[in-house]
Amino acid sequence: MTGNNLLSVEDVVVDLPTPRGNLRAVDHVDLTVGAGQTLGVVGESGCGKTMLSRAILQLLPKKAKLSGRVMFDGQDLLQLSPEKLRKLRGRSLAVVFQDPMTSLNPVLTIGTQLIETLQEHLELDDATATRRSIELLAAVGIPAPEQRLAQYPHQLSGGMRQRVAIAIALSCEPKLLIADEPTTALDVTIQAQILDLLAREQRRRHMAMILITHDLGVVAGRTDEVAVMYAGRVVERAPTPALFKKMRMPYTEALLAALPRLDAAPHTPLPAISGRPPDPTRPLQGCSFSPRCRYAVARCQTEKPALTEAESRDHQFACFHPIEVRVGAVA
Amino acid sequence: MMQQAVSIASGEPLLAVDDLVVEYPVGAKTVHAVSGVSLQIARGETLGLVGESGCGKSTLGRAVLQLRRPTSGRVLFDGHDLTTMQGDALRQMRRRVQLIFQDPIASLNPRRKIGDIVAEPLVIAGVKDSEKREQLVHEVLSAVGLDPTLVVGRLPHEFSGGQCQRICIARALILNPEFIVCDEPVSALDVSIRAQILNLLEEMKGRFGLTLLFIAHDLAVVKAVSDRVAVMYLGRLCEVGPSEQLFARPAHPYTALLIEAIPVPDPDVRPTETVPVGEPPSPIAPPSGCRFRTRCPRADQRCSDEVPELRAVAPGQFVACHHPLI
Repeated sequence: MTGNNLLSVEDVVVDLPTPRGNLRAVDHVDLTVGAGQTLGVVGESGCGKTMLSRAILQLLPKKAKLSGRVMFDGQDLLQLSPEKLRKLRGRSLAVVFQDPMTSLNPVLTIGTQLIETLQEHLELDDATATRRSIELLAAVGIPAPEQRLAQYPHQLSGGMRQRVAIAIALSCEPKLLIADEPTTALDVTIQAQILDLLAREQRRRHMAMILITHDLGVVAGRTDEVAVMYAGRVVERAPTPALFKKMRMPYTEALLAALPRLDAAPHTPLPAISGRPPDPTRPLQGCSFSPRCRYAVARCQTEKPALTEAESRDHQFACFHPIEVRVGAVA
Repeated sequence: MMQQAVSIASGEPLLAVDDLVVEYPVGAKTVHAVSGVSLQIARGETLGLVGESGCGKSTLGRAVLQLRRPTSGRVLFDGHDLTTMQGDALRQMRRRVQLIFQDPIASLNPRRKIGDIVAEPLVIAGVKDSEKREQLVHEVLSAVGLDPTLVVGRLPHEFSGGQCQRICIARALILNPEFIVCDEPVSALDVSIRAQILNLLEEMKGRFGLTLLFIAHDLAVVKAVSDRVAVMYLGRLCEVGPSEQLFARPAHPYTALLIEAIPVPDPDVRPTETVPVGEPPSPIAPPSGCRFRTRCPRADQRCSDEVPELRAVAPGQFVACHHPLI
């Protein structure tokens, strides 16, 4: 398998020193993404999904300690020099963040930022880079792209800014795009447009994508595989259809059940998950979800379940008392 | 309490908003935030108000409470016009209406203890007996699922977002209000916490006999708590109707678009790629006629010439569209 993987994350641990003690943001995570594939990483705030993406990009805070291996396109990213990493990022490894203003420079025009990226990584003359920029803006659905080149980010709406950020990310034909909550800050009709745009460009460019989100609805229709994270660990991982049909991890089930559904009658009480995630500076001895889990028994409090295979090799979960397979059942 | 009995008997709505307009200047231009909205909320009812950012739903919520004075129109609360009230009369009325905000952490003063934050409305309302205040604070904190003895002496930063929202709800409830405007109360919260807070709001509504205006951009969240839903676009109402009916048979093309755009957590439901490209125009220069016409697949000449009025298309369901879907 490993031979076909564009990205493989192996036993990655991210530790952050805080005044309250060590915070283990990512706790022994293994993941793979094949060329052209989409992996959804789902979890609530603080589950480590963003730190994981930063570990892949080698964009962690200075004080963070990282261990493990991140193999991308045959290279171990942890062994690369800063110079080589810089050449890789933006070229074959690109990223789109939740808030486009964190990646766009407010004092440079859209054109300058696009052309700069193109010329940094590809040896293009000014005329070619400008032409390519206009093509890219048109491809991401920005009307009147020629005029946009002279505009600044603040002159665009949130949805348009995210389109520009996507255009910059796509500009050098990356092999892998990491989209970290790319639509969370956007309205629902704009969200659908941006997700459609990412899916279309991904197919067209045969690009792999990691779609990081807290919304199970977003991953359901738009990913090949899903990894569910809780308290820094991957707690369930499966091909998307298998995950939604036969989820085994109680957390995944509870997360899906807690979503208000359009097909439920008004005033139907939601099956809420009681309590909240554990303090990441005070790791639990047993399963991190056990204090909130309705299936938990004594063993769950004392022993950490490892990620193990379900009936097929590609479906894994970390639970001593997985949900029995009941087709289509949500308790 | 007498008043309550009277208005129930006469079947009058607790809140009636009549042709409300809110405009404010930006430089030399005018933002048309709310342009002639009328709606009623019956006592004990939850009206959901949905729309995308910038549609004027929060401005409408604030104008109802007179936190932003409307440019024109009337807001009748239990028969009294709030828009003409001043000073003491308005302050008295404000005890009966409350507001819960989107960002629970930002709406709590970081340097004050939880006990003082929750007691503040009582202080403002002139409850001088500190023991009485303390007792009420304990009662209301227990009601929202917090342990008062552990909570009152602590500061907001010691609590998570979900707990801060519980504290905000406790503060809103302490004067025993009749009506609460909830402005995106769960959109800053994680999925697992969101369900807890939605259930809490429902429980509190029953326990305190509340009437709610529930503002949100998430249709599934709105449907979970609302008896009726109003859909707003660029300062105007598109459609109002009973929740189930409106979601089952939307009459306005914009309502249908919103429903279609929701990602469904089921891999067998392929996302529709039919959502039209485009974004809402600016409320500084809204389109003539129907404001949705620039993004509407059904728009024709009449839609740019003539503003559609709300009219009944089904029992209790009203739509402002020249070419409704039903």
